[in-house]
Amino acid sequence: MSAYSVTEPSTRSKWFAGSLVILYALITMIPLAWIMLTGFKSPSDAISYPPKVVFEPTLEGYVNLFTTRTRQTQEFLDANPPQNWADEIVREYDMVIVGPSKFGERFLNSVIIGFGSTFLSVFLGTLAAYAFSRFKIPLADDLLFFILSTRMMPPIAVAIPIFLMYRNLGLSDTHLGMILLYTAVNISLAVWLLKGFIDEIPREYEEAALIDGYTRFQAFYKVVLPQAATGIASTAIFCLIFAWNEYAFAVLLTSATAQTAPPFIPTIIGVGGLDWPAVAAGATIFLLPVMIFTILLRKHLLRGITFGAVRK
Amino acid sequence: MTDTIANRAAKATPPRVARKIKGLSDRAIAWIFVAPTIFLLLAINIFPLIWTIQLSFTNYRANRLNREPEFIGLRNYERILTDSDIWLNMQATAHFLFWTIALQTLIGFTLAWLINKKFKGNDLWTTIIVLPMMLSPAVVGNFWKFLYQPQIGLFNYIVAFFTGKDPSSFEMLGSVQLAPWSIVIVDTWMWTPFVMLICLAGLRSIPDYIYEAAEVDRASKIRQFFTITIPMVLPFLMLAVLFRGIENFKMFDLVVQLTGGGPGSTTELTSINLKREAFEKWRTGYASAYAIILFVTVFGLASIYVKALNKVKER
Repeated sequence: MSAYSVTEPSTRSKWFAGSLVILYALITMIPLAWIMLTGFKSPSDAISYPPKVVFEPTLEGYVNLFTTRTRQTQEFLDANPPQNWADEIVREYDMVIVGPSKFGERFLNSVIIGFGSTFLSVFLGTLAAYAFSRFKIPLADDLLFFILSTRMMPPIAVAIPIFLMYRNLGLSDTHLGMILLYTAVNISLAVWLLKGFIDEIPREYEEAALIDGYTRFQAFYKVVLPQAATGIASTAIFCLIFAWNEYAFAVLLTSATAQTAPPFIPTIIGVGGLDWPAVAAGATIFLLPVMIFTILLRKHLLRGITFGAVRK
Repeated sequence: MTDTIANRAAKATPPRVARKIKGLSDRAIAWIFVAPTIFLLLAINIFPLIWTIQLSFTNYRANRLNREPEFIGLRNYERILTDSDIWLNMQATAHFLFWTIALQTLIGFTLAWLINKKFKGNDLWTTIIVLPMMLSPAVVGNFWKFLYQPQIGLFNYIVAFFTGKDPSSFEMLGSVQLAPWSIVIVDTWMWTPFVMLICLAGLRSIPDYIYEAAEVDRASKIRQFFTITIPMVLPFLMLAVLFRGIENFKMFDLVVQLTGGGPGSTTELTSINLKREAFEKWRTGYASAYAIILFVTVFGLASIYVKALNKVKER
């Protein structure tokens, strides 16, 4: 027999497998591609039948997403010529832009709450994970399981007492309230993932540092932290994506000041019903950062979604 | 032990350095590091849970601020467990759970198996396939609602294109027969990659020499698949099912955006029903009892399942 590996699939089966997987990938991308396309359609193209694949692209959806507009009389329109390209687009409907919409604000809320809670959960999570990884803590396994079990509650069930508690404390519809809540939800993920990452750093490094005269604390932030940097970064991205995507708490506990984008996007109303191109534009802007992060994160993806249970 | 090495080093070094090594004791550091996390979880998870338990024995209504809650014992629990509507919601949840897990396991495993043939560019395509599961479920639900529109939606158009049916003759979200399936389809679209990734890790953990040995023993490919591949991937697959099971039992955002629980209450999963009771009808005490029942159910089922999973792993 020639050099031939029994475990290496034949060229033909590779071809077959490859084409099936690619076919699945293409089909699964249709909804996403469609929503991105819809963002560049005019409202009439968006709801035409049969669905239009070829159309004249317009930024109308994006303009509608970011602005509020009012209808004006012909005399008013004649007296006030459009000032920029966005103005020109809405003129087609005899409208003028009167100000920004709430989308920018909601998006900013998502950013503030997302980054705030990510920072807090990764900060607290790293400390706790280091302690669980390096020190003997009484009942460590029970504590770790307790931390994980907090994820089993349906969010709505948790929301009932949180709603009452926040109402009493004046935390409803505030950034701080949402940051604390998302931190509490994310911390289980952060502790579990980071414990796994820190477990992989050899203890000898710190011991060497301790012998060189570092205190335990110095050894932690001068030796362990730099070693765990990749792990901390990918944990942070997971926490950020969760906080970014979260809907149930956001819709129940926020209404105006601290409302994030997910409860807001589906409510963008145009003339005569949902303004689908604007909704699609909002969805595109909102989903794009997550897609980019997913691609950056692909090596640690499995670990993140299984709380570190599967490490590859 | 770290302590002993550090202490030995401390004894062997001049006093000034020794003080520096000791600093705070390890035990103190451990507690300082763990305490904030535990405190936060106690404040935002455990305290609310205890409060929910307490509320579940009352007839409290959160929208009536000046009425004192009355203690009514187990009446809330009694009412929930004998309510036939709630059993309907449980059935809708069971239907959703069963079919999403069945489909995702089947498609996810098949995909992983195909990707494991290591064709050229499999990494790139894996990354593309994975995208849907990272997206916001509420936004996904919202745009699938657009795809499902009977007159203008792409989904109906594509189905009509392949079957020759009239695209306005069926409503995925509006009909009692189709709505439960429409939520299964979207969840499967979104979460199949999750099962696929875990299965792929399982397949890649099987060492080549096992197959080589099987080949030497002249086991057929089919036999190898059933006696090596399946049993070795099973623990991974079961883990994936556990995660999907817990997640879909809690399902809220995706389905609320897609159907809002309708038509009627055909897609009203328990979480959606719970939200209605708690935040629309404001029956806080009743909803608290409901929440506790759900939590106990998930926790109980998950514990039994984890026991089974550990048994499979031991084999």
